Amino acid sequence: MTDFDLVWKNLFRKPLRTILLTVSIFMAFLIFGILTSLNVALDRASESGSASNRLVVSNKINFTQSMPYAYVNRVAAIPGVTAVTYQNWFGAYYQDQRTSRFVGFAVDPETYMAIFRDEARLTDAERQAFLSERTGVIVGKSLADRYGWRVGQTIPISSNIYSQANGRRSWDMKISGIFTGAKPTDPTTAIYFHYDYMNETITFERDQVGTITVVTASPDQNDQVAKAIDANFANSPAETSTVDEKTFSRAFLKQAGDLNFIVTMVVSAAFAAILMIVSTTLVSAMRERTKEIGVMKTLGFSSPRVLRMVLGEAVLLSSLGAVLGLGTSAFILTGLSKSPVGSSFGDLSMSPVVALSGLALAVSLGLVTGAIPALSALRMSIIEALNRG
Amino acid sequence: MSALIQLKNVKKTYKRGKESITIFDGLNLTIEQGDFVAIMGPSGSGKTTLLNLLGGTDRSDSGEINFDGERIDGYNEGQLAGWRARSVGFIFQFYNLMPVLNAAQNVELPLMLTKLSAGKRRANVETALKIVGLWDRAKHRPKELSGGQQQRVAIARAIVSDPKFLLCDEPTGDLDRNTANDILGTLQQLNQEMGKTIVMVTHDPEAARFAKRTLHLDKGVFAEVTQ
Ligand SMILES: Nc1ncnc2c1ncn2[C@@H]1O[C@H](COP(=O)(O)OP(=O)(O)O)[C@@H](O)[C@H]1O
Ligand SMILES: [Mg+2]
Repeated sequence: MTDFDLVWKNLFRKPLRTILLTVSIFMAFLIFGILTSLNVALDRASESGSASNRLVVSNKINFTQSMPYAYVNRVAAIPGVTAVTYQNWFGAYYQDQRTSRFVGFAVDPETYMAIFRDEARLTDAERQAFLSERTGVIVGKSLADRYGWRVGQTIPISSNIYSQANGRRSWDMKISGIFTGAKPTDPTTAIYFHYDYMNETITFERDQVGTITVVTASPDQNDQVAKAIDANFANSPAETSTVDEKTFSRAFLKQAGDLNFIVTMVVSAAFAAILMIVSTTLVSAMRERTKEIGVMKTLGFSSPRVLRMVLGEAVLLSSLGAVLGLGTSAFILTGLSKSPVGSSFGDLSMSPVVALSGLALAVSLGLVTGAIPALSALRMSIIEALNRG
Repeated sequence: MSALIQLKNVKKTYKRGKESITIFDGLNLTIEQGDFVAIMGPSGSGKTTLLNLLGGTDRSDSGEINFDGERIDGYNEGQLAGWRARSVGFIFQFYNLMPVLNAAQNVELPLMLTKLSAGKRRANVETALKIVGLWDRAKHRPKELSGGQQQRVAIARAIVSDPKFLLCDEPTGDLDRNTANDILGTLQQLNQEMGKTIVMVTHDPEAARFAKRTLHLDKGVFAEVTQ
């Protein structure tokens, strides 16, 4: 028998109690594993495809509101701006509105491909094809794989926003190219097609653009250029808000406000709850064992060794819950990565950093919840312990 | 015979709030190697306190406590724990076995404080359980054993690391007459055949008859009755 055997046997002395505690710890780590990984994936997704010298101009009210097409040229004329392109969110889906939605933008092919050459990698032939085909579309590799699309194929793309003047809700688009990302983990789950093709066929909101991407001469001019753009449209019917691309992507991906904050709040709340549950349970579990601890000390177990065993039991308990919780969340995340919704965030699988911080959190949780019972076991005098119960 | 334990002018006072109760005010006691001493006396006379001092689980205020040439009264808590593990076997009134461990594991507990190999430990556990006649119950948990059987396991635990000295606080206080006599017979055997020095506190004059001599403690002072 080793100290570990003893700790293990003590941990499962009341199996139901231990199982309930493990389940509550499991839940907290499940929440931690999934939310933290999603947050990491969002960060990575908004970082990939962002460049430090690019700004995004959108309607000040909200980025879902559009701006007049005329803004594109007015923005291009502002000093410090070296290139611009524009895009409209299309609300794209293929075949089934609920299960096959993805990111789709109407863009100006020439300026779009010039600016996003690295983020959407195409061959020269594909590039040429996209420029010359009015109904051309370039699609991300992941999407092409998912739906079995081939270059040259014509596919119907529908919109949950727009409809065509001829009454159809879908647009026939011919695949000019299949693009890959800068890194293998970058999401390639979007499509881009001609702004003109959309603009000429829609029933409303013509000659409007959703966002304008601006390239500045250098990142240290970003602030100045952004201020100049917003000043230019101040007091007009559509005022603008100009931010750097990364900030915009984050806001766009998160839509509903500050996910970082929400994740921190939810995870903290879950941990505060189990901290209370586990520590009060451990305190009373150890109180039941006062006499046994007195006996151990009488036999010659040193106080530090008893302290280590009590702490070890708490750490073992939290690690058990943590390993199960993190393992389950890793499993769920892998599944989520393969689903249509999840894959638009790119690689969702649990990163080593999240797994390691989860384990570190488990050890801390064990040490904190075990601290009170362990210290009282350390200080407990043999005579008092044996006189009890 | 040579002295295993010597108490010289030992003083012990308990403080309870502002008042202090003096239990021993200059106690002297010598216990020879191989002795079997019963300690009797009215409740509150200091019997348990004496055992605690002898077993190094409590400290005297002054005086000397010698064990086999070691001055244990000067030891710090860690040294005392090590000394107890090496030198003393404890037997309690209510057995005090670990409920999560089976008989063999309970007996093995003191061996976790030694550097013995796993094989040697198993052999010692087997020997100790055979001495108390409970080897066939090695895999039983305490709650599956009778009181007398539990006390036998406790005796096996007390002797497994082969200490010279056994301390028993009312070892039969919770047992019926026949079972008590069995347990006392075992203690007597350990004393006679294995040379264990035993100090046993008891309320029971019948139990005291198994010892070589009986000391009567009253208000912290001895009156010896030799058998
Ligand atoms: N931890 C303690 N604190 C204060 N007083 C104590 C403590 N332990 C024992 N006493 C007192 O010391 C006296 C002797 O106690 P004890 O040694 O337990 O006697 P016995 O075992 O002979 O009944 C009693 O009056 C008891 O109340
Ligand atoms: Mg007593």
